Amino acid sequence: MGKIELTKVRKSFGDVHVIPSIDLTINDGEFVVFVGPSGCGKSTLLRLIAGLEDTTSGTIEIDGKDATALPPAKRGLAMVFQSYALYPHMTVRKNIAFPLKMAGMDQAEQDKRVERAAKVLNLASYLDRRPGQLSGGQRQRVAIGRAIVREPAAFLFDEPLSNLDAALRVGMRQEISELHQSLKTTMIYVTHDQVEAMTMADKIVVLHAGRIEQVGAPLELYNNPRNKFVAGFIGSPKMNFIEGAEAAKHKAHTIGVRPEHITVGDGPWEGVVGLSEHLGSDSFLKVAVEGIGTLTVRAPGEVGAHHGDRIRLAPAGKIHRFDESGNAL
Amino acid sequence: MATQSSRFAARLMVAPSVTVLFIWMIIPLAMAIYYSFRLYRLISPDRTGWVGFRNYSWFVNSPEFWLAISNTLLLVGGVLIITIVLGTLIALLIDQPVWGQGPLRILVISPFFVMPPVAASIWENLFMHPQNGMLASLALGLGMKPILFMENYPMASVIFIVSWEWLPFATLILLTALQSLSSEQLEAAEMDGASAFSRFRYIILPHMTRAITVVILIQTIFLLGIFGEIFTTTQGGPGSASTTLPYMIFKQAIAAKDIGRAAAGGIIAVILANIVAYFLMRGIGRNLDA
Amino acid sequence: MARAVSPRRKFLTTLAAWSVALIIFFPVLWMILTSFKTEVSAVASPPQLFTADWTLENYAEVWARSDYPRFFWNSVVISVGSTLLGLVIAIPSAWAMAFVPGKRTKDLLMWMLSTKMMPAVAVMIPLYLIFLWTGLIDTKIGLVIALMLMNLPIIIWMLYTYFKEIPGEILEAARMDGASLWNEILYVLTPMAIPGIASTMLLNIILAWNEAFWTIVLTTTKAAPLSAFIASFSAPQGLFYAKLSAASAMAIMPILILGWFSQKQLVRGLTFGAVK
Repeated sequence: MGKIELTKVRKSFGDVHVIPSIDLTINDGEFVVFVGPSGCGKSTLLRLIAGLEDTTSGTIEIDGKDATALPPAKRGLAMVFQSYALYPHMTVRKNIAFPLKMAGMDQAEQDKRVERAAKVLNLASYLDRRPGQLSGGQRQRVAIGRAIVREPAAFLFDEPLSNLDAALRVGMRQEISELHQSLKTTMIYVTHDQVEAMTMADKIVVLHAGRIEQVGAPLELYNNPRNKFVAGFIGSPKMNFIEGAEAAKHKAHTIGVRPEHITVGDGPWEGVVGLSEHLGSDSFLKVAVEGIGTLTVRAPGEVGAHHGDRIRLAPAGKIHRFDESGNAL
Repeated sequence: MATQSSRFAARLMVAPSVTVLFIWMIIPLAMAIYYSFRLYRLISPDRTGWVGFRNYSWFVNSPEFWLAISNTLLLVGGVLIITIVLGTLIALLIDQPVWGQGPLRILVISPFFVMPPVAASIWENLFMHPQNGMLASLALGLGMKPILFMENYPMASVIFIVSWEWLPFATLILLTALQSLSSEQLEAAEMDGASAFSRFRYIILPHMTRAITVVILIQTIFLLGIFGEIFTTTQGGPGSASTTLPYMIFKQAIAAKDIGRAAAGGIIAVILANIVAYFLMRGIGRNLDA
Repeated sequence: MARAVSPRRKFLTTLAAWSVALIIFFPVLWMILTSFKTEVSAVASPPQLFTADWTLENYAEVWARSDYPRFFWNSVVISVGSTLLGLVIAIPSAWAMAFVPGKRTKDLLMWMLSTKMMPAVAVMIPLYLIFLWTGLIDTKIGLVIALMLMNLPIIIWMLYTYFKEIPGEILEAARMDGASLWNEILYVLTPMAIPGIASTMLLNIILAWNEAFWTIVLTTTKAAPLSAFIASFSAPQGLFYAKLSAASAMAIMPILILGWFSQKQLVRGLTFGAVK
């Protein structure tokens, strides 16, 4: 069980209103990702749910019960921190067992749960080591182990992968997704990386300056961004925005075309290739188009266009239209 | 950063230390202020009364006063300069690859464990004594006249002794700072063509700013109140040549048995300490931000 | 890592470093040597590093003439007692300042440190009178309180800097794991802070042991520690160098040995946690 409901939640630090007012429902078993640029309030929101910060006003309900004033320990949630926050003076076994010990569980049950978690997370042979002797990925697993033994109502992840190198990050991402498949427990995951959001989430919450810009399934956000901010944040490389005459043709203030929705070859736009990156599977081109500006183009496979070449481009796929205030039309 | 309840707990936990320190500071201070306006001599205890600022004006107009102030500042400044300059040089030396770094540190740190009266008496008797001191014998051996340290150079002698006591402290802090400097930075500077002096001036010295700040701050706190070393060696003399403000107050309280004047001197010393503290915090306090 | 240094260069720096270190240490060494000499060879000219007639008589005489064990015991009680009492009061305060910092925390710390800037002599008479009125004069408990208060700002400052090195996320993790404030301090904070607490303790024992103003002003006989013991041996007239040296050695030896053994932790403590 892990339904979390935020109603008119506000948070201010002195005169700074970090979160002006948020309403959000997270259903039981959902994998929800809070995503946004740094300083958007996503971590603060997670900490409010965790109880590590007080809400200025509004209510937080967990499984239908008002938890706004409860201390973190009483909320039945588990959290994985960015720095893992392992206890350096305890062995892996003691780290994982710590929440059980705090709950006053008997030793036999503690051992059973630690063993089970260690098996799931491939930590069985490291149980008697200290965190300092583990690699980044292993530490990450210990932090997750410490969270799952409690069988919490929901897991909270605060940018858990940002301290890992790129290869490990992909692996851990899949492990966390698989963990969610098998546990079917609510997970709330904070990240600034839209790739993590797209690949893991059932539901993405895009935050910007403490406000929710849009909530929806990953592909819904990709296909139907509600405004320019979401359109620009979701998708990589970033969507191209075009203003002026070209946009007016589509009866919009601004139009947006994703790099993967532009084809090289024939078309109405002509420009000079600036930077060109050839990855084999894809080619990324920066093309300076007359009267429009620089467009990023993502072409599949190998494209024979290099720095200085003149090429022609055509939009192929959805053209997103926005009004003056940036809302989608 | 935190929730309401933890903030409340935090206040509760800070309260005891703030309370006891406040009491420890305010009651003696209040009493000293009270006495500083009173006529109160232990020789004639029945003559009492309010005297306004007379105790203060006596103190400030005393020929000793400005000498005592300048001696106090000389002592603090002199010891700071000596310990920081020598400490830096010694730290640079010990930081080199040498055999026996461990025992070396033990030798260097030793003076710090010697209590001030012992330190003062070792130096005064075993070394600086004009007949039996080792330095006198050394001078005679070289065919020179022994130097009368306590008679002719009282302030310099006191500064020297106090510097010896505090040199380990400065050296070890500066050494610790030096050891945390990444060798890559120095190698990069060397690749950039910086000479040994430039490396010291532009890389090592800036890196040690924080350590030097700590040395200045902590040493000043202790040096402003230096008393035992003077009491053991020169007794403030000859005349008042080595009388510092604390020692002048001490003389009023113990020798002249004038509590009122001593209290007035105490208040002046507190004001001086606050002025020094103010400039210290303004000047270098921000280096301490963690 | 540092480059390999030529043996010749290493030899020269070693020589230089050891010479400097020996010069710094020499007064202590000379005092110890003198304490084993007869009074006559103690003042021999030219000075002799080693003499043939070395003796333990000076120690025996100092021991016989004064009640050394009582002074020693008073020093132990006062320095350890004031340090432990200080830690009990300082640990919660340092915890609060490090982990729940407010806008004024820095000012509060500076204020605490500034109370140490008040010259002791300035409040000598008031404090003497307070101790006289309250019956604390010449008692160990009185000195424990006085030295605790004197060193409390330093203890708090040091613990604060050590605690600040402990990442706040770990304490939050403990809170998420269901630990109460008490459990958090007991199971997480204290074990992680033990090295810092240990060096704080050591440094403060040394500071209290070597304190030589209040220990002399506020005691007469009953509670007098070694600093008072040595004060009673001063003013020698030439011929008592060996005995003076023996008494000095007896006063500083306990703390010198403690300091040598705990040198590593102490250096960390000495930096007041402010230098890494």
